[in-house]
Amino acid sequence: MQFTAEILARIQFAFTVSFHFLFPALSIGLASYLAVLNTVWVWKKDEAYLRLFNYWKTVFAVTFGMGVVSGIVMSYQFGTNWARFSDRAGAVIGPLMGYEVLTAFFLEAGFLGIMLFGRKRVGEKLHLFATIMVAIGTLISAFWILAANSWMQTPQGHALTPEGLFVPVSWVEIIFNPSFPYRLVHTVLAAFLTTAFAVGGVGAWHLLRDRDSRTAQIMFSMAMWMAALVTPVQIFVGDMHGLNTLEHQPAKIAAMEGHYETHKGAPLILFGVPDDAAEKTRYAVEVPKLGSLILAHDPDAEIKGLKAWPKADRPKSAIVFWAFRIMVGLGLLMLCVGMWSLWARWRKTLFTDRWLQRAAVAVAPSGFIAVLAGWVTTENGRQPWTVYGLMRTSDSLSNIDAPAVGASLVAFIVVYFAVFGAGIFYIFRLIGASPDLKSHQELDKGPIRAAGVTPAPAQEPRDGV
Amino acid sequence: MAFDLPTIWAALIAFAVLAYVILDGFDLGVGILFSVFRDEHDRDVMTNSVAPVWDGNETWLVLGGGGLLAVFPLAYATVLPALYVPLIVMLLGLVFRGVAFEFRWRTLRWKPVWDVGFMVGSTVAAFTQGIALGALVQGIRIVDREYAGGWWDWLTPFSLTCGVAVVVGYALLGATWLNLKTLGPVQDKARKWALLLAVATLGLIGVVSLWTPFINRLYFERWFGWPTAFFSAFVPLLLAVCAFVLWHGLKTDKHLSPFLAALGLFVLSYVGIGISFYPYIVPGALTFHDAAGPDKSLGFLLVGAAVLVPTILAYTGYAYWVFRGKIDPKEGYH
Repeated sequence: MQFTAEILARIQFAFTVSFHFLFPALSIGLASYLAVLNTVWVWKKDEAYLRLFNYWKTVFAVTFGMGVVSGIVMSYQFGTNWARFSDRAGAVIGPLMGYEVLTAFFLEAGFLGIMLFGRKRVGEKLHLFATIMVAIGTLISAFWILAANSWMQTPQGHALTPEGLFVPVSWVEIIFNPSFPYRLVHTVLAAFLTTAFAVGGVGAWHLLRDRDSRTAQIMFSMAMWMAALVTPVQIFVGDMHGLNTLEHQPAKIAAMEGHYETHKGAPLILFGVPDDAAEKTRYAVEVPKLGSLILAHDPDAEIKGLKAWPKADRPKSAIVFWAFRIMVGLGLLMLCVGMWSLWARWRKTLFTDRWLQRAAVAVAPSGFIAVLAGWVTTENGRQPWTVYGLMRTSDSLSNIDAPAVGASLVAFIVVYFAVFGAGIFYIFRLIGASPDLKSHQELDKGPIRAAGVTPAPAQEPRDGV
Repeated sequence: MAFDLPTIWAALIAFAVLAYVILDGFDLGVGILFSVFRDEHDRDVMTNSVAPVWDGNETWLVLGGGGLLAVFPLAYATVLPALYVPLIVMLLGLVFRGVAFEFRWRTLRWKPVWDVGFMVGSTVAAFTQGIALGALVQGIRIVDREYAGGWWDWLTPFSLTCGVAVVVGYALLGATWLNLKTLGPVQDKARKWALLLAVATLGLIGVVSLWTPFINRLYFERWFGWPTAFFSAFVPLLLAVCAFVLWHGLKTDKHLSPFLAALGLFVLSYVGIGISFYPYIVPGALTFHDAAGPDKSLGFLLVGAAVLVPTILAYTGYAYWVFRGKIDPKEGYH
């Protein structure tokens, strides 16, 4: 493979956005979880919920900080590496991102300080308000960025000028483009599930060490409710999202399914090795007609294969095919754990079933992997386009030399692994300590207690300029 | 054309960038000052003084970048590739600076390492921001809606001088911020450094100001032509007022006025740059009317900005109010 500026820029985008998304995948769900914990604490004054709030708040602070700094990189990368795309599509996706900053980022940042450091200063009620604002901010952020991404997948509501610039015609159509509602719900639920399985895994870990730990029981029970109730909803939403993709981006579906030929009554290929050069999926293990049944809810429906498009317009099948299977496989695994927890709850063995807890620890990272696999599927499935069907990735690049892109890529890889590797290590250390541990409270509070005191009048600045 | 959408947006983006410079300026300045504040406890107090607000401050940088993409996409698409190296280095610097706030509390053994990261990250971010400014002032080559220069064009004595000036200026903001927010030995030390940095900042403002008109005839005519010279004479005059307030405040142990005066130096320098640039967004190459997106984009985002920017300012002000007053050094460590 020739390392052109385009390939290097694509690797750089994939690398930085994948690393970035690990953090919001957790912080979107965790912000809402913190809002719930804080609400229960303020409402019921049950000490255990306060302790859990403080416990997860610290994890949230570390995660959120990494999300912020890796996110700023994204907002500048459109310009450094993808200038032609920015020039042509900026008038459409720019305002969506502008709204994300104005409605979400400032809201999160403004109230984050109060949420992390301000409980004593503003009182319980205002502190709860700040926590809820941070949670709402993360959700609003998801709304705008997914609107922008979905417009690139299923563009509408714009016009093209003679110079080839995209200009907005209807903002309602741009924002509520066909794939947006599905992608938004699918992504937000994915973030909730990622958090649920992470929290559940941590709860299970501490239950395995001390089955009477009340905080661990609360964490585990709350997480397993989410797992049991939301996983089936997510699978249903994912199916709807798939049908929507079939309607608007059928080439992506063909790549996900590993179909090169157009079939009436398409089989479902469970496993195989898609070979774009030979235009067939080798070693395919198939279930007849099931593909059409799942995709079109009709066993004899026609499903287009990749050969229906010219070679230059097809996504690379192998990566899309496998990423999709990883996501679905993990989804089914999460469903099993969720159902198992319901069964255990009904049998009243939720806190004593060691094997369930071990399983919960094992699947704790599955949400992160599934989310990344899902993004790999949808973004690679959009190729070779940045704006689907209208603007090619190869026409989107900046006028920049490959060595510049290559050098910055290396710098990002080194810095991200060093810095975020350390951050992830610290998160593991935080969640490795039990929320019941006194020493944990002492050791890991950090800046939380350190934001100063309410000033007495004598301590106010003395001059009046 | 007086108040059409591109003009309003040019003012708003300019405001966002200014808000970023003065707000994150003092955060970054605190980081730069880690190089002279070696004591661990002092450093705890210093980071605590900015920990609750740094994230909001940095968000103005995202608004500057995101806003530029939204309303001046052509400027975004040409300036960012031209400033490729300084911007990437700035982003990496901000990564180290941003994570250090949390990481330094998560480890004992590695705390000094993250403190170095905080210091170097802050300094590098400030330096590259100055370089970016200098590179923009000296102008970038645009052909057919694309940046047409090489990836080292930004590297000149002038841009490096601007880089140094911004590092020194941010350090001054940081020192006056610490003078405002801390007590005891940290405050004393910050005040001493503020005096030194004030002299250096004024000197560098002078050097850059005198250099600028000779880089491009555009600036020369703006500053020494009539009638603009009449207005441009005000800026140095007001600078002198700020310099006096700063000096006097530090000498007479004032807490708030030196910080405000240091902010004033930045605002005035910024206004000076504005006078040089107007009506260009990329000097000599793109006016902000050339770079503007369609009115439909500018209008759509303006509706939101008109409501949201005041709201943001209100709750940002509230957050600053909540954390007002001096940092209690006893609460500063585990």
